[in-house]
Amino acid sequence: MSKRGIVLYLHVHQPFRVRQYSVFDTALHHDYFNEADTNSDRNNEKVFRKVVEKSYRPMNKLLLTLLKRHPEFRVSFSITGTFIEQAEKWAPDVLESFRQLVATGRVDIVSETYYHSLAFFYSRSEFERQVAMHRKKIKELFNIDTSVFRNTELAYNDALAAWADERGFKGILAEGWDPVLGWRSPNFVYRPAGTRNIKLLLKNYKLSDDVAFRFSNQAWEQWPLTAHTYNQWTNASIDSSQVINLLMDYETFGEHQWKDTGIFEFFESFVTMWLENPDNTFYTTAEAVQVHNAVGEISMPHTVTWADTERDLTAWLGNSMQQEALKYLYELEDDILRTGDPTLIDDWRKLQTSDHVYYMCTKWFTDGDVHAYFSPYESPYDAFLYFMNALRDVRYRLMAYHQGGIHG
Amino acid sequence: MKILMLGWELPPHNSGGLGVACYHMSKALAIEGASIDFVVPYAANHPDTEFMSVHAATKLDPLGRYGSMGAYDSSFATEDAAAFGIREVQRQYVQFVEKLVKKTSPEAIHAHDWLTIEAGIRAKQLTGAPLIVHVHATEFDRSGDTYGNPLVHEIEYQGLMMADRIIAVSNITKSVIIQKYDIPADKIEVIHNAIDTESLGSEPYDKRTYTYLEALRAEGYTVVATVTRFTIQKGLVHFIKAAARACEKYHKLVFLLAGDGEQRDELIRLSAQLGIADKVFFTGFVRGKQWRDAYSVADIFVMSSVSEPFGLTALEAAHYNSALVITRQSGVGEVLHNIFKYDFWDTDTLANQMIGIATSKALAENLKQNVKHEYAKLSWRDVAQQCMQLYKTLHGKAAL
Repeated sequence: MSKRGIVLYLHVHQPFRVRQYSVFDTALHHDYFNEADTNSDRNNEKVFRKVVEKSYRPMNKLLLTLLKRHPEFRVSFSITGTFIEQAEKWAPDVLESFRQLVATGRVDIVSETYYHSLAFFYSRSEFERQVAMHRKKIKELFNIDTSVFRNTELAYNDALAAWADERGFKGILAEGWDPVLGWRSPNFVYRPAGTRNIKLLLKNYKLSDDVAFRFSNQAWEQWPLTAHTYNQWTNASIDSSQVINLLMDYETFGEHQWKDTGIFEFFESFVTMWLENPDNTFYTTAEAVQVHNAVGEISMPHTVTWADTERDLTAWLGNSMQQEALKYLYELEDDILRTGDPTLIDDWRKLQTSDHVYYMCTKWFTDGDVHAYFSPYESPYDAFLYFMNALRDVRYRLMAYHQGGIHG
Repeated sequence: MKILMLGWELPPHNSGGLGVACYHMSKALAIEGASIDFVVPYAANHPDTEFMSVHAATKLDPLGRYGSMGAYDSSFATEDAAAFGIREVQRQYVQFVEKLVKKTSPEAIHAHDWLTIEAGIRAKQLTGAPLIVHVHATEFDRSGDTYGNPLVHEIEYQGLMMADRIIAVSNITKSVIIQKYDIPADKIEVIHNAIDTESLGSEPYDKRTYTYLEALRAEGYTVVATVTRFTIQKGLVHFIKAAARACEKYHKLVFLLAGDGEQRDELIRLSAQLGIADKVFFTGFVRGKQWRDAYSVADIFVMSSVSEPFGLTALEAAHYNSALVITRQSGVGEVLHNIFKYDFWDTDTLANQMIGIATSKALAENLKQNVKHEYAKLSWRDVAQQCMQLYKTLHGKAAL
């Protein structure tokens, strides 16, 4: 029987945020992602350089140290195309450090859409093109063939699993959500309903969120969380099961949880403590699905994500502004692709990044929980306004290729 | 608890938001157990005020309380004004309050704005009860970019100094009091105004009031409205400029300016100069149905104020189902999030926001529906409870 192990999976992503793109820019300027104000959180370069400093550089350094120190340590990443493009422009050394990590042979990179989009729910053909683009980019950069799939925001359903199975993926990631699991534990490998070969890894959201969300929360009764305590929790949780899937944003380390919270020291100590127990190991996502047999079948006919207490897509598609924005965007697919204009196609795809519609989410504003609105915009309405002005400009640019008016 | 409330107007004899705010605050305070003597500077009948005692300080009719001048205009407050200037009204008001406090012995004195401050100070001297100065607007707000009347500033300054506690209707007003009058921040409490939706009535919207605008709406036009006094404080010149700017990019917009004031002719001239005269509608002074229906015909309500301590009309507009666009210089923006905000001088941003709403049904609907949830949470009961708390803390602790 195989050892029990942690699957540590870190999601690496930065969107191209839309600047305060006004109606007076539409049809004149096409630089949607080029916020001039260097103090603004819409300035992609500024944000990127900040996160590089606080998170990517120190965390990659720590990961490399841990890989060298512990032969059993493993880590998996999903790295979006929009992140890679920003790193190529503003911090090539960060890409280089990812390459070093991958070169150890103990790091896996997970497949996803290049643009961190929700294309699966709008256009299967566009979705497949973006997955292929991502796969190609990862192969070029890291010389890795991806074999495990995760969809944007971990948005998962049976249809997605069936698609990934058909395309030959060996594994797929999803949220380990109680209403779906019932009495079953997320600490086992499952088979998605209606598939033949693919296996399902489920996020242990409790243990993942202890680190990702609660670690520095002083109002939390477990604060301050020590590596020792967390090691007890993880050992107790895994008991005689197969895996603990710790899935979280990479930026948890250094950006969401700042350095002075002790997150790096915590993580370093925890890895050591976990491996002190001879029953324990780490797996990459690819290894986990290879080593362990599926213990049962899980069905998720409705889409489940890793967000909010609802675990659904309402943060991205919950209001009519979000629905309108994406409807208009995806309606352009055929016209855009027919132009063959790489810049236009790329701009259109960058607008598909799910962060844009997330910024338009109004549920925190209507709940009165304004502080939960994480966005570089003053309000969801501003986010929508700039996005729509940009989308109208995309339509305007299309006119150069096609006869006919600007619909809508 | 016995409260001496020093006001300048109550509905239906009000010329703006001050009277409405005073009325609802007093009513909510009465429910919380306050016994209120409310002084106004004129003699008139006030229906629905049985929850308090309303005292007429003079025998003037309601319009006489400013002397011969218009409401809210302080430029006429000079010591040597013609026979019956506002200073004379204020003197009589003070004399009346001097007599009144001998009979009523209030436990707290709550004075609203500069008009009643001198009476408040005098009442404090005579009774030793704590003085609360409630600032709905300062002379800086009333005078726009000009300095304003030095005499009024002086009275405001004295009142703010003499007050045991100051209530500001927004953080914006609080900063004005700190920065322009040098008052320590810890003496000032921010209590935002609220809205009493029941008092707005439930009369159905009558589409015939603005028939022409409704016809344009049926053709797909978007009506942008503002309901206000046409004074510098309200920033309407910027609004008209933004309107012209918006029309450069999107023509199905019309603008309704409901109200009247000294800037009216200038605004009419400006809209003609900018070539949008046929898109800007001036109603003149509106009351009752015309006033209410101006909100209802509006798809977008703009508050363009250069300096607005609170801005009750924004809450009224939310009630009548408009999407709101409000300057960052308006206090009401501190309690609403489901709105667009802009800086009063930033005409391009306002134009951008107006076009954005006009060209997206989803955006308009989200703004309208979500702000409705928000404004409905603001209640005069909360305001009254905060005031009661304040009276209790000050009880018997007036600083002389």
